[in-house]
Amino acid sequence: MEYMNIIFGEVYKILFLIIPVLVSVAMIVWLDRRVWAFVQKRQGPNVVGPFGLLQSLADALKYIFKEIIIPSSSNKIIFILAPIVTMTLALIAWAVIPFSETHVLANINVGILYLFAVSSLGVYGIIMGGWASNSKYPFLGAIRSAAQMVSYEVSIGIIIINVLLCVGSLNLNDIVIAQQNIWFVIPLFPMFVIFFISALAETNRPPFDLPEAEAELVAGYQTEYSGMMYAMFWLGEYANILLMCAMGSVLFLGGWLSPIDLYPFNLIPGAIWLIFKILFLFILFALTKAIVPRYRYDQLMRLGWKIFLPLSLTWVVLTASYLFYFNLLPVN
Amino acid sequence: MAHAIFFYIFSTIAIISAIMVTASKNTVHSVFFLILDFISISCLFIMIGAEFLGMIMLIVYVGAVAVLFLFVVMMLNVAQQKNQWFSGESSSKHIPIGLIISIIIFFELIIVVGGWKYKPDLFNKVDLSSQDTLSNTHSLGQVLYTDYIHIFQISGMILLIAMIGAIVLTFRQREGIKKQSYLKQISRERSEGVELLNVDNKKGVSVDD
Repeated sequence: MEYMNIIFGEVYKILFLIIPVLVSVAMIVWLDRRVWAFVQKRQGPNVVGPFGLLQSLADALKYIFKEIIIPSSSNKIIFILAPIVTMTLALIAWAVIPFSETHVLANINVGILYLFAVSSLGVYGIIMGGWASNSKYPFLGAIRSAAQMVSYEVSIGIIIINVLLCVGSLNLNDIVIAQQNIWFVIPLFPMFVIFFISALAETNRPPFDLPEAEAELVAGYQTEYSGMMYAMFWLGEYANILLMCAMGSVLFLGGWLSPIDLYPFNLIPGAIWLIFKILFLFILFALTKAIVPRYRYDQLMRLGWKIFLPLSLTWVVLTASYLFYFNLLPVN
Repeated sequence: MAHAIFFYIFSTIAIISAIMVTASKNTVHSVFFLILDFISISCLFIMIGAEFLGMIMLIVYVGAVAVLFLFVVMMLNVAQQKNQWFSGESSSKHIPIGLIISIIIFFELIIVVGGWKYKPDLFNKVDLSSQDTLSNTHSLGQVLYTDYIHIFQISGMILLIAMIGAIVLTFRQREGIKKQSYLKQISRERSEGVELLNVDNKKGVSVDD
């Protein structure tokens, strides 16, 4: 009985986290298309519901009623598993994101490593989908994306080391609290820029959307998918984008901290601030999609390995020496 | 109780997937079982309180090494080769070497398990979760960068040398490749690229490349 109570309590908490994430993923797709449209002087989706807010729900309904086609020569188990893996990985990472000092599902010691590990596992959904489709375009897309995501993970890892040097803890709440005096976006501004660009590459967003470059690869790894399975890839992708925005706001923009520690701003709960910061980063993502042309593949690899990697490594050395020289290293 | 149940779930998955790595016919399936094995092992690490090791296992092995395995296996079409090996004559040649290596590993495992059996206090001292004040990451760092700093540095050097060696072995200078210089492309002026000519009627101009 006692176990049942614990399990129900946890399930309740998980649902309370997962359902808002899924709803906000649907809304964020609408926001993405809307921002994209406004940059190009179009209206975007504006028919279904007020301001077209229900467009994503209508799309979801359409996907549910479409037929799921599984190619006869595909590897069926892995083909079905791929969107499930993408979706699951995009959702389980939210367990460690702190919404306020107490509101966090799993306040684990190695939170940032967990986030990094889960985001680096995201490549499997794409490789599995691309390989199991047993078709040229998906396979090429999957191989491109595997190389791309592995390369940009390296620079994200080193950027995380930069932040950890200033914090002295791997716990996400500690990272947020360490930014009480100054958000890390100011002292580590170049790292924030590199993190943002690497996050674009990690989530296969334009200008780095080569895995699904529609002009050359049809739709990349998603080519053979249809109906709800395609929608799951799509949802997983957007949940991953939101996750990267959340990671960026926790690492650099002070997470749930309010920008000014004064009376009227203190009253607003931390979750609201975090959501505002995630939205800000997401609008930057959407703007980048609208205004930047796609990179060529060799340029992408060059940017990752020859520019970002040395730059972020140099910055690690700089940060470490600065902290050491002025005796600012966090020691507990 | 719950701890024991989770331990048995993860260890059963680990053992079954380890068997399936060698047993499955399709090489790509083998790699996927290997990944499942890594994941369940890292869950076991987390369960004994070695959270840092578990996460690093996920990041390094699952996030990077297994991706490269998968890459190679998918590109080289090893599945065919594997089938040829097992059915062909040449497969018997590999059996003695495989046997020797597996016997060595078997004895090493027996030594480790035996040491655990006969010297129980040896392992109690390095219980990673016992110190409540220090997290696993902190205690690892305190040992790694003080007592074992030389071994740590040497292993880093070995990895660096291995990486340089791999690059040197596979690097070949190819002749006649056209490369793009970004600096040149960006610093191009209008005067170099465009020329305005007055063309006489029915005469044309000659443009030198």
